[in-house]
Amino acid sequence: MRNNTFQDRRWVIAGIFSVIILIYIIRLFSLQIVETKYKIGADSNALLKKTIYPPRGLIYDRNNTLLVYNRPAYDIAMILREITDLDTLEFCNTLNITKDYFCERMKDIKDRKKNPGFSVYTPQIFMTQLYADEIANMQQNIYRYPGFYIQNRTLREYTFPYAAHVFGSIGEVSRSDIERDPYYRQGDYSGRDGVEFTYEEHLRGEKGVEILLRDSKGRIRGKYRDGDADEVPIAGKNLTLTIDIQLQKIGEELLNGKIGSIVAIEPQTGEILSMVTNPGYDPSILVGRSRSKNYNELVNDPAKPLLNRATLAQYSPGSTFKPIQALICLQLGGINEHTRFPCNGENSVPIRCSHYHGSPVSLLNAIEQSCNPYFWQAFRATLEKDGYGEKNSSFKTNYQAWMDALYSFGFGHKFEDSDLFEHVKGNIPTQNYFNRYFGETGWRALTIRSLSIGQGEVLATPLQLANVMAIIANQGYYITPHLNKSDTMLLKKHVTAVDSSCFPIVTEGMWRVFEYGTGRYYKIPGLDMCGKTGTVQNNFGKDHSLFVGFAPRENPVIAIAVVVENAGFGATWAAPIASLMMEQYILGKIDRHYLFDRISTSILNPDVQKR
Amino acid sequence: MFKRDSVTYSIDWLVLLLYFTLVIMGWFNIYGASYDLDHEGSMFNFDFRAGKQFVWIITAFVIGGVILLLDYRFFNYFAYYIYALTILLLIVTIFIAPEIKGSRSWLVMGPISIQPAELAKVSTALVIAKWMSRYNFKMKALRDFIPLIFFILLPFGLIVLQKEIGSALVFTTFLLVLYREGMKGEILLMLSLFIVLFIVVLKYSATPITNAEGTWGLVLAMGIVLISQFVYAYFVNHHKKESWILAGGVTLLSLISIVLNKWVTVNFDYVAIAITAATALYWLIIELIKRYKKYLFPAFMTLVAIGFCFTSDQIFNRVLEPHQQVRIKILLNMEDDLMGAGYNVNQSKIAIGSGGFWGKGFLNGTQTKLKYVPEQDTDFIFCTIGEEHGFVGSVLVLILYWWLLMRILSMAERQKEAFHRIYAYGVASLLFFHVMINVGMVLGVMPVIGIPLPFFSYGGSSLWSFTILLFILLRLDASRLERR
Repeated sequence: MRNNTFQDRRWVIAGIFSVIILIYIIRLFSLQIVETKYKIGADSNALLKKTIYPPRGLIYDRNNTLLVYNRPAYDIAMILREITDLDTLEFCNTLNITKDYFCERMKDIKDRKKNPGFSVYTPQIFMTQLYADEIANMQQNIYRYPGFYIQNRTLREYTFPYAAHVFGSIGEVSRSDIERDPYYRQGDYSGRDGVEFTYEEHLRGEKGVEILLRDSKGRIRGKYRDGDADEVPIAGKNLTLTIDIQLQKIGEELLNGKIGSIVAIEPQTGEILSMVTNPGYDPSILVGRSRSKNYNELVNDPAKPLLNRATLAQYSPGSTFKPIQALICLQLGGINEHTRFPCNGENSVPIRCSHYHGSPVSLLNAIEQSCNPYFWQAFRATLEKDGYGEKNSSFKTNYQAWMDALYSFGFGHKFEDSDLFEHVKGNIPTQNYFNRYFGETGWRALTIRSLSIGQGEVLATPLQLANVMAIIANQGYYITPHLNKSDTMLLKKHVTAVDSSCFPIVTEGMWRVFEYGTGRYYKIPGLDMCGKTGTVQNNFGKDHSLFVGFAPRENPVIAIAVVVENAGFGATWAAPIASLMMEQYILGKIDRHYLFDRISTSILNPDVQKR
Repeated sequence: MFKRDSVTYSIDWLVLLLYFTLVIMGWFNIYGASYDLDHEGSMFNFDFRAGKQFVWIITAFVIGGVILLLDYRFFNYFAYYIYALTILLLIVTIFIAPEIKGSRSWLVMGPISIQPAELAKVSTALVIAKWMSRYNFKMKALRDFIPLIFFILLPFGLIVLQKEIGSALVFTTFLLVLYREGMKGEILLMLSLFIVLFIVVLKYSATPITNAEGTWGLVLAMGIVLISQFVYAYFVNHHKKESWILAGGVTLLSLISIVLNKWVTVNFDYVAIAITAATALYWLIIELIKRYKKYLFPAFMTLVAIGFCFTSDQIFNRVLEPHQQVRIKILLNMEDDLMGAGYNVNQSKIAIGSGGFWGKGFLNGTQTKLKYVPEQDTDFIFCTIGEEHGFVGSVLVLILYWWLLMRILSMAERQKEAFHRIYAYGVASLLFFHVMINVGMVLGVMPVIGIPLPFFSYGGSSLWSFTILLFILLRLDASRLERR
């Protein structure tokens, strides 16, 4: 037992051993149980979450004809940090791009001003929306280019080159979209306009996630938990539109070479049967990589092919306003069914009549012959029926009632429960407007006489005019015009301020237009049709040619408004177009080939001829 | 067969069981760590690490068995020869070893490469046990002490020349053995204190004091020196009056310099050094008046500490190599380069941290399987335990090591022969140092020093040398019941 005098020091040594081990156990506790950042770190290390895009919903017309579908497309993504030994020239050849393009793309990707989400660690889109034949070479050789990945996408395809403004298009999401909706990530696509925009959430479906294991070199080493944690993408829901693609096609053909628009509505349901605007474009040109180039061309085209004139252009309705004027005057008691007014033809004051008919003229004849003096006198009688009163108060009360009635017809405001992408409210001048222009007591019926014949400050879109025809067809109510063929819209029924008893005589008058009046040359034999032409003065050249109407007279199935800009008389262009549209929709075919050919081949404006 | 003096009767079965447990756990973890998602090899497939380790394990068992069959006196008699042989191997290695990962420490003999530095640990433990168990050995006698230090420093220096600083540092652990055998405890304490001072100076040397000149590094270090003085005087020597005068004086001087700073910009580096130097003078005066004979050494050490701290930054910048500086800086959270040099430690913390309480399960670790953790079957093997077996598994492994260490200590104290006891302390110290540095580095509390985890890390040299180390102890211990 030599040299064993320091036996107690064993406890010091045992103590040092124990303390260190204890410190390590505490350290393990804090690392493994208290801290959570390491678990997140581990996941972002090893798990590569790959988004699987769902196929977008298909779009059908009202007769279940497929209009819009998908076809596969591919993006090339890259993770800059993982790119090694890239043979640029060979890579460019594989993708069939020039080296200059490659360098420019790389510069753009690395430019944080253009690409704020740039990072060398995360996937960046190198090229987007390539078709299968463009990427076939790349797909076979992708293993030779570490750091490059192929992502599957889909692109829209269109069965018909029509209805571009109805569908709208799909484009890359903006920064504000990403901030507004957490569904989107940089590089995602969403509907930018049309029903693609309105029904984005319906059509887009749910993205899926494939979780892959990635090793420290960035190589994919199989599926995480054999795919148990993956989320399968859910395809977007299909959408059936109210559009009749055959009617749409006829409409687009009829407007060939003309600037204008057509809106056709099924009166009982408010379903938009066709919404045509010309000039337009083939929807397939705004798909894929050529989108931005074509889009720029469309934006810069002076004929404004991107403008949906059916909902965004507003016109004075002119004579097409007369049936509405008649209804409101009847309702407000300015006239009744038997009221007659004198007409001095060209010598009438303050508004001339350009038609030849007897005098005094009845309401039915006034509608049939589009007699301006009758509607001016009816308008004045309505507004002045209680005299002017103190400070014009009685007159203003009646003006307000007249305005409110127009409002109930859908004029002067947007359809707030509509699924249309963009539409404008038109205009009905308010009391305030006139007070500001003429002073509180400075305006009378005579001052605002142009309103009586739908000229002046009153403005309406073709959509609003078609909707008014639906109201007359329905004898007093309308369903908000819409594009999605679902029954829920039927609940949104709007009753106008005009009693249904006022409608038959106006309908009779509009029937006479086709029987004896300005529309008589375009009556479809054997069909009772109602309509009204309009020739609208404007500041931009020739008069606009307008027509509104519905058919058949009993149980109408189509209400329509047609505008052809700077074309002349309503009876010359808009009326035959409307008539042919009605023929197509009601009879399912057009028998008046000579008329169809004449209209569809008439080029009024060579700039907008279909190429 | 179970005779009183047979090895099977008297061997310490508990240590043997702990050894087998750790080796088998290590083998499974090497399989887990080197498991490749593409090539699911079996644990016995010799093309893979686990299969190779199986060969190392079997041969280690054979070596262990041979050692148990040898006469226990063999190690005592041949300690010097074994040591000399090892030193020779170390010298040869410096000249003929190929450079692998920046060091020249591997002797390549055909398909097998061995690291003589591993064997040097065993032979050094034997030689110091032999030397210290000499008749009439006195730690304080220089003729005994200087050769002892030489025995430790010789392999240390040779291994430094092989550029294996990590393995060389292992030899500092023999200070624990020296302490047990009578070296002054103050030396251990001073060593720890200087390590603390070094860390504090480096960690805070870049943190400036607001509204004044100087950095926190020196001020904090001097504060630690002053507190140590106070603790020593008040709690060890119970000189309460002198202690309070010291504390009051230091506080007063500090306050004066802080107030003075309102008008003149004070450099607190110099203030801290001046105050601390003044305390050294204070203790010298006390010593002259009262003649306690207790404050000469502290006063001297205070001055040494001042010099040490003042030059620490220089030591750091001049003595250590750049990659070692970076490793220490990362450890002190001074550099946060997660993709560069800090990558290893950060990935290892991520792997362990993601294990949670129960772990991800055997072969289910993502970080280790996907090779995020470097050296995961050698130096960073503990990551695999942490990730796949969680807190429960890691703590179990630590407790097994603790149990083994405690058992070796109690074995040491039951030896009749000083040689046996000192050797046992050598074994315990070596095992402890490896576990402390290796696990500490994986947990991010020690600098990255590439030394293996005993019995766990992949590799023949390390498993063989730890087996030899432990089985010599088992053989010596088994002899305690033999008749002399």
